Amino acid sequence: MKGYSVDLGARRYTFPDLATLLARASPLRSGDQLAGVTAESAEERVAARMALADVPLSRFLEEPIIPYDEDEVTRLILDQHDAGAFGPIAHMTVGEWRDWLLGYEADGEALARLAPGLTPEMVAAVSKLMRNQDLILVASRIQIETRFRNTIGGEGRLSSRLQPNHPTDDPTGIAASILDGLLNGCGDATVGINPATDNVQSYIALTQLMDDLRQAYAIPMQSCVLAHVTTAIEAMKRNAPVDLIFQSIAGTEAANSAFGIDLALLREAHEAALELGRGSIGQNVMYFETGQGSSLSADAHHGIDQQTCEARAYAVAREFDPLLVNTVVGFIGPEYLMDGKQITRAGLEDHFCGKLMGLPMGCDVCYTNHAEADQDDMDGLLTLLATAGCQFVMGVPGADDIMLGYQSTSFHDVNYIRQLLGKRPAPEFEQWLQAMGVFDAQNRLLSPSGDQKLLAHARQLPAAAMEDPT
Amino acid sequence: MNRELPPAYRRLRELTNARIALGTAGSSLGTRELLAFQYDWARARDAVYYELDFGALKARIEELGYPCAEVASAADSREIYLRRPDLGRQLAEGENQRLEGMEGAPWDVSIVVTDGLSGLAVAENAVPLIQAFGRLAAGEGLSLAPIVLARQGRVAIGDPIGAGLGAKLVVVLIGERPGLSAADSLGAYLTYGPRPGITDAERNCLSNIRDGGQAPEVAANTMMYLVKGALRVGLTGVSLKDESQLLEQGEPGIEGY
Repeated sequence: MKGYSVDLGARRYTFPDLATLLARASPLRSGDQLAGVTAESAEERVAARMALADVPLSRFLEEPIIPYDEDEVTRLILDQHDAGAFGPIAHMTVGEWRDWLLGYEADGEALARLAPGLTPEMVAAVSKLMRNQDLILVASRIQIETRFRNTIGGEGRLSSRLQPNHPTDDPTGIAASILDGLLNGCGDATVGINPATDNVQSYIALTQLMDDLRQAYAIPMQSCVLAHVTTAIEAMKRNAPVDLIFQSIAGTEAANSAFGIDLALLREAHEAALELGRGSIGQNVMYFETGQGSSLSADAHHGIDQQTCEARAYAVAREFDPLLVNTVVGFIGPEYLMDGKQITRAGLEDHFCGKLMGLPMGCDVCYTNHAEADQDDMDGLLTLLATAGCQFVMGVPGADDIMLGYQSTSFHDVNYIRQLLGKRPAPEFEQWLQAMGVFDAQNRLLSPSGDQKLLAHARQLPAAAMEDPT
Repeated sequence: MNRELPPAYRRLRELTNARIALGTAGSSLGTRELLAFQYDWARARDAVYYELDFGALKARIEELGYPCAEVASAADSREIYLRRPDLGRQLAEGENQRLEGMEGAPWDVSIVVTDGLSGLAVAENAVPLIQAFGRLAAGEGLSLAPIVLARQGRVAIGDPIGAGLGAKLVVVLIGERPGLSAADSLGAYLTYGPRPGITDAERNCLSNIRDGGQAPEVAANTMMYLVKGALRVGLTGVSLKDESQLLEQGEPGIEGY
């Protein structure tokens, strides 16, 4: 088969290859416009979707969108493909598969069996034929349970990553933000610090700080410093108390190379963390972050649309049994996702694609100040994602990250969505919150008394410097 | 009903600028905190769309005794600028002609001023920084090219400008992306041997230049330190950062770019 075409009225639309077809079928977004791969008209976009709907799913195994010899992510995707799991849908087209996914029979168990038979390109393709409600409905049937010191992703659970960043990595300032987060019931997914400076001394100091706090209060949580994976490997060699290994990942070998990683390096880090055996109830030790646009940003997109590139990153993630996968959806800026509408769509797509591929998806519902978005848009996406079964979101003090300079969701936002939808924290963490008097038996925030045990720790914090970072 | 916070809890606010120990209604944000956030957000948004008065800026710089030229990037509106960073890195067609006759033999340093993502940052901080740096440059006997003001520019717009002027090194002063804690931060990016196509790894950056951050007069000293280092070793970027003992000690506000 050479090319893909469809006749619409008097006009025949032809798309030379799968990569072009996928890009033209994508909902409009600024990053694809920047890359010059988007449809030229609304009609061409629908034509591409019609042609895509008729593509047999098996075609994606025959026509890699980046050649097998050129890209290790392509090799990973094809080498790991499970033909047996693919069996039930092997005869379908993309459009038929969409209908199958929306059917009552496609329940959580059926979708879990299917996951190893899916490639990112199949998943990206079907997402392009779906409305937001389709993305929500199908994803809501999938819960992926992962474990380290607590259980993420159980039915009816919504966890949060506590993000206590500080512009100079000041330990007192970070500890203050952590305590406030815990006192607001956040931090069960992880307490994860983005360090201002990526070096091993600082990594070890921050890791130690979090581990001391965890042990002092017997908190069923896991900590993470979001430095480069090589920094984590070095810290492990120096016997730092490393719980989760973090890395940003992307969907092409070239983009990963721009991040300074490859699959071999991730394997090395994964094995080193497993060897530590620090998880008390499970050994999901990896925390990955992704986001549409990262491949284009690294000039490593091979003419593929940003949403398909993103789905390919999930193939990298699933190789390492992560505890958490976080799509940082609006961080990259308006040249990739222009406004609240595009950010919302991208967040729902990423969550859907990751879940179909069997990943414990969370989302940093966020935006920068030069995008056409605001906190109301974030309320919308947060609410949609939680109805779709998103497993964790961010808890950033006041939704304002003073180190990274962008807005996300706050501790209060986490509690809003838990209250609205009756979602609960991870079970082990929920028990701890109730035992510590943070939550009452109905998971309502209690007014903290002066003898709240966590405040005893607050009193010990030195009155450190609030001076400006410079 | 609002949740009462005991003093030991409220004290946490003294330990970080992060928005912690906030007043709540139920589990939601209280009215006072909600409006405080919206105020900071509004200032950041206004900074992104702030229209820098280039005429007034030019007059202020010329008053300091420096000749000025004005150019425009290929991004001809704010909307296009935000969505097309590639256009903000190039001069609009024909704009390089405005630099004709200004070539040095060669100039040691070319300063380019561009609005970037915060015209407010430029309006507030560019002139005092240029004044302080100019004084230091005169003391060091360094030659300064005419100062170029670029409309709707990204950092890399300094590359064609520096190349066009024949400068050994270009310093781009640019408004940084506004955050809620500061909408008026200026950044200074140094690039040795400017030419189109150079990568960001070959630049050094000073950020957070503003009152309440790195004051312009202080930033001028750091900038001169880096400029002298770059001219001495003939490069900028990660390698310059490595060369510099001071930078290895973790001078705040300096990053390899």
